[in-house]
Amino acid sequence: MRVVLDHITKRFADVTAVSDFSATLNDGELVCLLGPSGCGKSTLLNMLSGILPVSDGKIFFDDEDVTMLPPEQRGIGLVFQNYALYPHMTVLGNICFPLETQHVPKEERLARANEIAKLVHVDMLMNRRPAELSGGQQQRVAIARALVKNPRLLLLDEPLSNLDARLRLEMREEIRRIQQRTGVTTIFVTHDQEEAMSISDHIVLMKLGVLQQNDLPQNLYNEPANQFVADFLGNPPINNLPGTVSGGAFITEEGDGVVKMPLFEGIADGRKVNLSVRSESFVLDPDGPLACEVTRVYQMGKEEMAYFKLGECDFRAYIDADEGLKVGNRVRLNLKKRGVFVFDRETGERIK
Amino acid sequence: MERKFSKFLIYLVLILGAIIMLLPFFWMFTSAFKTTQEINRFPPDMFPSHISLNNFQRAFAMAPFAKYFVNSVIVMVCSVGLTTFTSILAAFAFSRLRFPGRNAIFSSLVALMMIPFEMLIITNYTTIVDLGLWDTLPALILPFTSSIFYTYILRNFFDSVSDSLYWSARIDGSSNWRYLWKVMVPMARPSLTTIILLNALASWNSFMWPMYVISSDANRTLPWGLQVFTTEAGSYPELLMAASTVVVVPVIILFLFARKYIVRGVARGGLKG
Ligand SMILES: Nc1ncnc2c1ncn2[C@@H]1O[C@H](COP(=O)(O)OP(=O)(O)O)[C@@H](O)[C@H]1O
Ligand SMILES: [Mg+2]
Repeated sequence: MRVVLDHITKRFADVTAVSDFSATLNDGELVCLLGPSGCGKSTLLNMLSGILPVSDGKIFFDDEDVTMLPPEQRGIGLVFQNYALYPHMTVLGNICFPLETQHVPKEERLARANEIAKLVHVDMLMNRRPAELSGGQQQRVAIARALVKNPRLLLLDEPLSNLDARLRLEMREEIRRIQQRTGVTTIFVTHDQEEAMSISDHIVLMKLGVLQQNDLPQNLYNEPANQFVADFLGNPPINNLPGTVSGGAFITEEGDGVVKMPLFEGIADGRKVNLSVRSESFVLDPDGPLACEVTRVYQMGKEEMAYFKLGECDFRAYIDADEGLKVGNRVRLNLKKRGVFVFDRETGERIK
Repeated sequence: MERKFSKFLIYLVLILGAIIMLLPFFWMFTSAFKTTQEINRFPPDMFPSHISLNNFQRAFAMAPFAKYFVNSVIVMVCSVGLTTFTSILAAFAFSRLRFPGRNAIFSSLVALMMIPFEMLIITNYTTIVDLGLWDTLPALILPFTSSIFYTYILRNFFDSVSDSLYWSARIDGSSNWRYLWKVMVPMARPSLTTIILLNALASWNSFMWPMYVISSDANRTLPWGLQVFTTEAGSYPELLMAASTVVVVPVIILFLFARKYIVRGVARGGLKG
């Protein structure tokens, strides 16, 4: 099912949690709603599920306007961060609950519950209560309960954040597998960029209730729309060198580097910008424009993670281990074409 | 050494307290089996010389205790059932439903808890008389069909249940009504058990109100029937003790079984989280 958010706004008494948010999510995809804590992800999800009314705007499921529809009529499945299993019911009881409210006959109920339990691998736990399950198992049961009524849309609100690191990796593969098996359109909320990058078809990145970019994961990384997107994605984080543009070249504020790249042609003189460079986009070059000092070196197999100092500005770069960098070396660096961006320092807007 | 000594002191005080508490019950029990001569003897004997149910038979012959017992049970079942039902609904409304003045109404209800029941007796009495219910069993039930205190305890429990459970149920197609009875009530079982037990005890032991609104023998409950019996059996304390034993024993058994629920439920309902 295609989901269309049309200029959605949500105002609480003292904050606007989501403002003028428009996006289209494709049928059958797993979309990550990504952003730092408190940016309005849950609020947006709750408007999709009908728990919260919108202040403004419209929501469409395919061509149906569901903005005013109560939650039970939207045909969605929802998994909360705390799983929200009914503690007094067994796993079977939990999974059957949505079918009971729909008055599905008992035999069919059991058949469907068993089938979905097999899919999420909890079929051997049917008679346990939630308190007798591990976090990962509770998670699976919650997903089974959300899926058993064949929802048009599956919503997951930070489903992995209560799990320990190893289980988190495992469950994210699981969610991907289950989503692909069922083909259900899924929205997955997370504040973890790595999680988002690894499982989603599309990522919707937001900040303070405002959409930043809605794109393929690799596009978010390779073509960030603004400074925030560039900063939010990538580990280690992107390096930002402040400077100004003058005569089609970038003059670093720290040190006295002058970077000439076609990138800077056509930018007005005196504009304050950040030159933002991914760690893998530096190369050693005796004629390079950035003269810096090596402050730390970490071995990482074939590559080294080197810390450089350029004036007052620190940055990190992956350098081929064969170069044999030592702390205290003075070297010159040049930039590759990929992974190099210019952002306006005031507005954060990308300058191409 | 010091710790052992303070422990010893604590237990000594507890044991003394227990003896003081239990002594009247012990006296009631043993006296219920004594003969008239034994009970009037001074200094008194600790135990009867032989066990006989004679006193019980005589006491039962003097007053319709079976009738009192049935009345007590009817009143208890009806008022506990109704109170529990209304408290559940009210607690759910105050905890979950949004309506204007919700908090103001709840606060004023809680404030009303300060008014002792004795102060309401006159108004309740006139109401019962006006309704033409004086000297009937409904007069014993009607004023006890709701409880602010139990509503308060339940609401605290309901408030402690995560919102996400409610929304999960709603998204799964549950109405408020279904959510209340299928999810909330089963989850609140410990609190409910407490409430029901406390309420049952209060109803079973209720004395003052029945005394005002019941006069005929056929409509008396056990405590009130027993009271009348004290004057009729005034010169036979051993019969009184036998009758009292019959009234008290069910309560003691109930309490022993339910002790842990009562303490646990009150502690849980009072705290949040
Ligand atoms: N019911 C509410 N009333 C008032 N403010 C709220 C409410 N729910 C969320 N907010 C505010 O809206 C913003 C977004 O919250 P949320 O959607 O929970 O963020 P996220 O899920 O991305 O961490 C936050 O500033 C939060 O304080
Ligand atoms: Mg959230």
